[in-house]
Amino acid sequence: MDKTWNNSLNHASTNNGLDTGNDDVLLEVRNLKKYFPLRGGVFSRVQGWIKAVDDVSFDVYRGETLGLVGESGCGKTTTGKCILRLEQPTSGSVLFEGKDVLSMTSEELRTLRREMQIIFQDPYGSLNPRMTVGDIVGEAFVIHGTASGHERARRVEELLKVVGLSPYHARRYPHEFSGGQRQRIGIARALALRPKLIICDEPVSALDVSIQSQILNLLNELQDDFQLTYIFIAHDLSVVQHISDRVGVMYLGRLVELTDSETLYSSPKHPYTQALLSAIPVPDPDHKKKRIVLEGDVPSSLEPPSGCSFHTRCSYCQDICREVRPEWREIEEGHFIACHLAE
Amino acid sequence: MAAVSNQAPGQLDQNFGGDALTLKPESYMSMVWRRFRRHKLAMAGLCFLLLMYLVAVFAPYIATQSYRHTDPPNRLQAPSQEHWMGTDNIGRDLFSRVIWGSRISLSVGFVAAGVAVLLGTVIGALAGYFGGAIDNILMRFTEIVMSFPTFFLLITIVSIVERSIFNIMLVIGLTSWPGLARMVRGQFLSLREQEFVLAARALGASNARIIFRHILPNAMAPVIVSATLRIGGAILTESGLSFLGLGVQEPFPSWGNIINTGRTFLRQAPWITAFPGIFIFLTVLSFNYVGDGLRDALDPRLKD
Ligand SMILES: Nc1ncnc2c1ncn2[C@@H]1O[C@H](COP(=O)(O)OP(=O)(O)OP(=O)(O)O)[C@@H](O)[C@H]1O
Ligand code: SF4
Ligand SMILES: [Mg+2]
Repeated sequence: MDKTWNNSLNHASTNNGLDTGNDDVLLEVRNLKKYFPLRGGVFSRVQGWIKAVDDVSFDVYRGETLGLVGESGCGKTTTGKCILRLEQPTSGSVLFEGKDVLSMTSEELRTLRREMQIIFQDPYGSLNPRMTVGDIVGEAFVIHGTASGHERARRVEELLKVVGLSPYHARRYPHEFSGGQRQRIGIARALALRPKLIICDEPVSALDVSIQSQILNLLNELQDDFQLTYIFIAHDLSVVQHISDRVGVMYLGRLVELTDSETLYSSPKHPYTQALLSAIPVPDPDHKKKRIVLEGDVPSSLEPPSGCSFHTRCSYCQDICREVRPEWREIEEGHFIACHLAE
Repeated sequence: MAAVSNQAPGQLDQNFGGDALTLKPESYMSMVWRRFRRHKLAMAGLCFLLLMYLVAVFAPYIATQSYRHTDPPNRLQAPSQEHWMGTDNIGRDLFSRVIWGSRISLSVGFVAAGVAVLLGTVIGALAGYFGGAIDNILMRFTEIVMSFPTFFLLITIVSIVERSIFNIMLVIGLTSWPGLARMVRGQFLSLREQEFVLAARALGASNARIIFRHILPNAMAPVIVSATLRIGGAILTESGLSFLGLGVQEPFPSWGNIINTGRTFLRQAPWITAFPGIFIFLTVLSFNYVGDGLRDALDPRLKD
């Protein structure tokens, strides 16, 4: 990788005090809710609400990777979109470096776009098939008027090199690339504005296993070189295990457990986390683990179960679980959980 | 963030330079053209249409007589050396009239389809992109226009407004956009949720940029196909109107009003109807084949 280029790009941010360590909160999400109206009937009246994200709170520290895990449809993408205001949340607050994202004017929001970016899951749907790779990666410079002409072309070439592509790829169209290469193009696009936070929405789920680790390695390198903070979304605990500093587990639009990876993987407290972990195959044959099988289907987020939304599938379920929604509380320092029985 | 696998970062690029990259970069247009060329009927249609447009442009040089030169003694002559397509009921040379008539039919198609595409795209795009109340209002309006029987609406309007060629083109265009609007709306609805559009929004792109740079170029393929088919439709509509005596007025010829003249003399002089009929048929057929060819060439799902 081109070191001089990295240095020149890093220059701006090294003065920003990025080395203050993990105590520095970059993003604060509080009581975030996103309800989608479900319309139907003759006059398309609202017949109910899909609670895609239902009262989610967490912090993201500068320089860390926060894994966000949960089954399909549990609201991970919606959470990400709300943070970026690609989706207007129903309520709650999102503070980026102390600035309230949700009350920003469109002008303030444009400035914020340079700080937060997103990498998508689908390597095919995330690149405009009618634009060249150069135009895709360089679009940020056009929108923000930060570089034009030769300067833009040069910056695009540098970005392509940084993600492991060649400068001559800039003239080609997305359909000429493989899935892994396309994902690199998406990463280059997200990097163009030198953001502080990148939301990686299942960036490797659609790729072959052999390609997955290449992309994860690239993201890992970029995090060091560009002092990036990641929110890394995945539907499977095994993917985020190695790359996350902390992991949050979501179920039906709610966070159920959040703590540092080591604690989460060695001593999970929430029954749902335990069930998810027990489903991961363990390479060591001596390591006997009881497999907890989750019974039943994920209930609909249209009418989530009362009380603890996991109670329909939880083997520890008590009366209180059916009636009272468990509070999101910190049981040990940095270990958050929503379960009546955890202590 | 810990290392993910035992693969050294330097090995990352090993499997590059593979299949796709050895190809020469090919622009979108040249790819479409390459795929279109394989469609034999579409190519034949395209050649015929190009020929017809040349004929229309150079009509004064091709026609052997003036389209309004009458010669009553030589009325209802069968095709001959002198009159290649025969003469009509007042002795006008049919070949000359059919050649001049191509100007009307071909330009009616283009202008009417152009008006329909413009209206349909703007209305469909606004409805699909902004959704909500805008969508509701525009779509109800579209449904109202759609629910009128088009041809009767046309006849009514044409009998109210001044019957100039331009008005007829406009009226045909103004009554044929709703289908297009619905199609464009559908395209916008699905495209605006695509990840590349979200990515553009995340970069801070304006609505205008998203619509014109990201969504429209991806929504245009079916619009172009449908516009091509619509040109054929508009030509037929104009012929129909002229056939009913509501279209282009005598003595100026259009294929439709030549047929209208020939109707009365179908037994004595079938050639009056036959020749313009054949031209309408071939032109509309050509537009349909070209439309089919474009549909296949533009469809991104069909690989080569
Ligand atoms: N625009 C929308 N309108 C209505 N419902 C929506 C919309 N977007 C998402 N939903 C619903 O919200 C819920 C959460 O969706 P979301 O895409 O956030 O899930 P996810 O965790 O990212 O799932 P996946 O792993 O499949 O990507 C789902 O039930 C989904 O159907
Ligand atoms: S609150 Fe009750 S139902 Fe919910 S996870 Fe804890 S024990 Fe299970
Ligand atoms: Mg998702």
